[in-house]
Amino acid sequence: MSTIRGRVAVLCAALAVALVLPGCGSKTGETTSTGVTIDVSGDTIKVGLLNSLSGTMAISEVTVRDAIVLAIEEINAAGGVLGKKIQPISEDGASDWPTFAEKAEKLIKENRVGAVFGCWTSASRKAVKPVFEENKSLLFYPVQYEGLEQSPYIFYTGATTNQQIVPGLDYLKAQGKKSVYLVGSDYVFPRTANKIIKAYAAANGMTVLGEDYAPLGSTEFGTIVNKVKAAKADAVFNTLNGDSNVAFFKEYKSAGLTAATMPVISVSIAEEEVKSIGTQYLAGQLTAWNYYQTTTGSANDKFVKAYKAKFGADKPTSDPMEAAYVSVYLWKAMVEKAKSFEVEKVKGASDGITFQAPEGLVTIDGATQHIHKTARIGKIGDDGLITEVWNSGGPVKPDPYLKAYPWASGLS
Amino acid sequence: MKWRAAAGFALGAVVLFGVAPAVLSDFRLSLLAKYLCFALVAVGIGLAWGRGGLLTLGQGVFFGLGGYAMAMHLKLADAGEGNLPDFMELYGQLDALPWWWRPFANPVFALAATVLLPMLVALALGTLIFRRRVRGAYFAILSQALAAAMVILLIGQQGTTGGTNGLTDIEGFFGYDLDDPVNQRMVYFIIAACLLGLLALVRQLMHSRYGELLVAVRDSEERVRFLGYNPATVKLVAYVAAAGMAGLAGALFVPAVGIISPALIGIVPSIEFVIGVAIGGRATLLGPVLGAVAVAYAKTTLSERFPGAWIYLQGALFVIVIAVLPGGLASLARLLRRQPHGRLEHP
Amino acid sequence: MTVVASQLFTGISIGAVLLLIALGLALTFGQMGVINMAHGEFIMAGAYTTFVLQSAITDAGVSLLVAIPVAFAVAGAMGVLLEFLLIRRLYARPLDTLLVTWGVSLLLQQLARDIFGAPNVQTRAPEVLTGNTRIAGDLTMANNRLFILGLVVLAVAALTVALRLTSFGRRIRAVVQNRDLAAVSGVPTARIDRLTFFIGSGLAGIAGVALTLLGPIGPTMGTNIIIDAFLVVVVGGIGHLRGSVIVAFVLGVLQSSVEYLTTLSVAKVAVFVAIVAFLQWRPQGAFTLRTRSLA
Repeated sequence: MSTIRGRVAVLCAALAVALVLPGCGSKTGETTSTGVTIDVSGDTIKVGLLNSLSGTMAISEVTVRDAIVLAIEEINAAGGVLGKKIQPISEDGASDWPTFAEKAEKLIKENRVGAVFGCWTSASRKAVKPVFEENKSLLFYPVQYEGLEQSPYIFYTGATTNQQIVPGLDYLKAQGKKSVYLVGSDYVFPRTANKIIKAYAAANGMTVLGEDYAPLGSTEFGTIVNKVKAAKADAVFNTLNGDSNVAFFKEYKSAGLTAATMPVISVSIAEEEVKSIGTQYLAGQLTAWNYYQTTTGSANDKFVKAYKAKFGADKPTSDPMEAAYVSVYLWKAMVEKAKSFEVEKVKGASDGITFQAPEGLVTIDGATQHIHKTARIGKIGDDGLITEVWNSGGPVKPDPYLKAYPWASGLS
Repeated sequence: MKWRAAAGFALGAVVLFGVAPAVLSDFRLSLLAKYLCFALVAVGIGLAWGRGGLLTLGQGVFFGLGGYAMAMHLKLADAGEGNLPDFMELYGQLDALPWWWRPFANPVFALAATVLLPMLVALALGTLIFRRRVRGAYFAILSQALAAAMVILLIGQQGTTGGTNGLTDIEGFFGYDLDDPVNQRMVYFIIAACLLGLLALVRQLMHSRYGELLVAVRDSEERVRFLGYNPATVKLVAYVAAAGMAGLAGALFVPAVGIISPALIGIVPSIEFVIGVAIGGRATLLGPVLGAVAVAYAKTTLSERFPGAWIYLQGALFVIVIAVLPGGLASLARLLRRQPHGRLEHP
Repeated sequence: MTVVASQLFTGISIGAVLLLIALGLALTFGQMGVINMAHGEFIMAGAYTTFVLQSAITDAGVSLLVAIPVAFAVAGAMGVLLEFLLIRRLYARPLDTLLVTWGVSLLLQQLARDIFGAPNVQTRAPEVLTGNTRIAGDLTMANNRLFILGLVVLAVAALTVALRLTSFGRRIRAVVQNRDLAAVSGVPTARIDRLTFFIGSGLAGIAGVALTLLGPIGPTMGTNIIIDAFLVVVVGGIGHLRGSVIVAFVLGVLQSSVEYLTTLSVAKVAVFVAIVAFLQWRPQGAFTLRTRSLA
């Protein structure tokens, strides 16, 4: 490399190789655009578990992984699926969206799994969505989310907006609340949720007195709570996520605001979060979900008992955990109906599948690949558990694009 | 010495263009493509930090600027003439494209912007910082704060930047379908070629008069000033060059991985770029490249087996390598050969 | 009017929290020039100390008061250990110290995760600190923030007295101003360094106790706030507590005012821009120690 010329020559050679090789690069039989074939050899069927086991989201996602593992163990103990035992392969998304995409690709292409269960944040779901669509592989997503999505390769077993946010608003309206203040973390779910809330409020004679966002992980709520207090709203609709909730509720109480004068309804606080915030700050506040540990029914008694036996008596069960647990059983039922692990056949068998879940009867809506779920408003008690104060009376049909709601026509 | 550099480049070319594509599966090759993007960033950090003593803990910002510039163009191309990108219709409720998106529809502008935009930002910030002789630790902390501010800014503008989601679901790359493994391979080759080309360029720079001056500024800024040079300009060049490399890396990362998001920009990823450089040998040419690839590889494989262990290992690497072996593995090799040249003392 | 007053109070209390976190840094970074990225994890250690003590002492008020000296000792001991094992070998390499202590902070975070679990833990605050004090009309001040304000005033006063009036303080100042000269004058610099580090880290422990009243207690609680605290010291200037004190309150009020008028995101970015602009005007910070050194 003594001269410029020498260097240029090497570079040219390198570039030439670069341009020639692609033409003969791809070998046949590796991957095809018709998707990846699932590994059905042997007496097990592999499934992927894709959750953040490290990083900030580990707080929530580890419990979801545990619930999936519980379901798999129960199914295996009962004989497996189509005579095969389920073999879980767990991958760590590390709270980092590009890592989620990488791990999803690994599960699909290298492990050739039958389906993947997991993801929590909308951002991680958006990151893996193209991977599942491109490889025509299945993802079961267990968390309530902002709707406005319907991927052909994702099954959504958490609530969409009309099964959580809209019932929450209906409840506030029925309680005679005329004005709300919106507080949320700065990301997709709260912003979309608040858009829906504003449209609802406009059509239902409610006023939105303010709307504030805090960056994810922010723990300084002095100013936001000051604004909330000055606005004198009838209620607060809270879409904060994670750590921010702790700081928000501590500040809320110090400002002298209480559940009696200005209740907060939260959509991201489940039993696990109540534990880490403290009932001192939360007692009496409201939540909107589809499942609580206290939900009655023999299916839930069995689930709670099995979970505590495996992971510890002090571990609460929560809505996302339940939805994840249910998703494994739903996949099993779909596979058994299809008599095949093949993705297209499994998808085809999905419509109308029912399961007696801990939250009550759930049914898959084949058209949207969401499930019919019962909406429940709960009140946080002094013991850290949430008890139901209202429910929708039966499963609500999923409507991710809110097509059945005239006030929502401008949203999507 | 020179024939060895030539041989090194030839060997690198054979490994990257011949061996790797032959032995790796499509999936693993696409991972390698990602690692090579990190290696591109590492070359720049090696120049700025190893040679210039500028510990930039905000390279994620420039990586992100390059990545977003590329992704914006690809999203617009996917959407087609006159249409809004999918996420904008969903979250932005905009009637028209924001003005600062418009130029990115032009491929030439977008490509130029991937490198020039980060360089411009670095130029502006660097001028402000170096001119006032803010240095060392102050510079490191400010660059870190810049990364934090950039993330907050991006996330806050969800309707036009995709917020925390970033820009995802990128389908095509200048008319080529990115789902096709053959095209993925082509992207890999482009990245590998860029890396080799850049290495040649940086080698030239390091051995030039400017390269000597940069090391002199690192080792004793005041003496250089007394010799009549302006250290601020010397540092600025290295900083801007490193920013350009990070921008290029970000731009290439987008077609290779299919996503750019604030998660790749903040304080933590920015400091993670540095560890590979430290391990490989910050003041050498190849050390940062090998270090970055090795760290990224270790992260993937370790986290596949033991999720928590990676964080311990990463922490331990920072402590052990930098405290005990500040020259990185490159200095270890040199120690074994007992050739004390190209020294690196306290920068 | 009420809003302005309560926003002012919020700003001051944000400044108090910032200062409490930055106070330890003002010693270790400001006085010794050591950038300790694991400072945030010492804060975490202080918070977890409160959590552990509370399982032993059930009364929330008593355990909080006991936690303050214990957290000081725990975090201080961790600081001394870190200084002894790593930092003292790196005094000539400040940037490398930054990276090494970043590694330490990763290790400590994962350790906390393995010991206490990834989810946040909760402590009970004494009932009086969850309420507020009415000043006039609608204007109230949160008791936990008043408590933190008091804690900061005490800490600053104690530190000022220690630095100004005791022989230990004189020695620290001597080492800061000219390490070599101090050494030849018989000041045991290594011991002074260790003591300074003990106090600086111990203050982080106290900050951790205070933060349990405001926010979450978890493995990553330290990382989220540490950069802001570093900026306070950078802008405040090396070698003076005064600078950090003033800057912390100015930044606190600036952030809360901008946030009130816009959003928290804009406020954070505005603070960053203000800092870069300020450093254009005074690159060595608000207050500088006059030395003849060129570096």
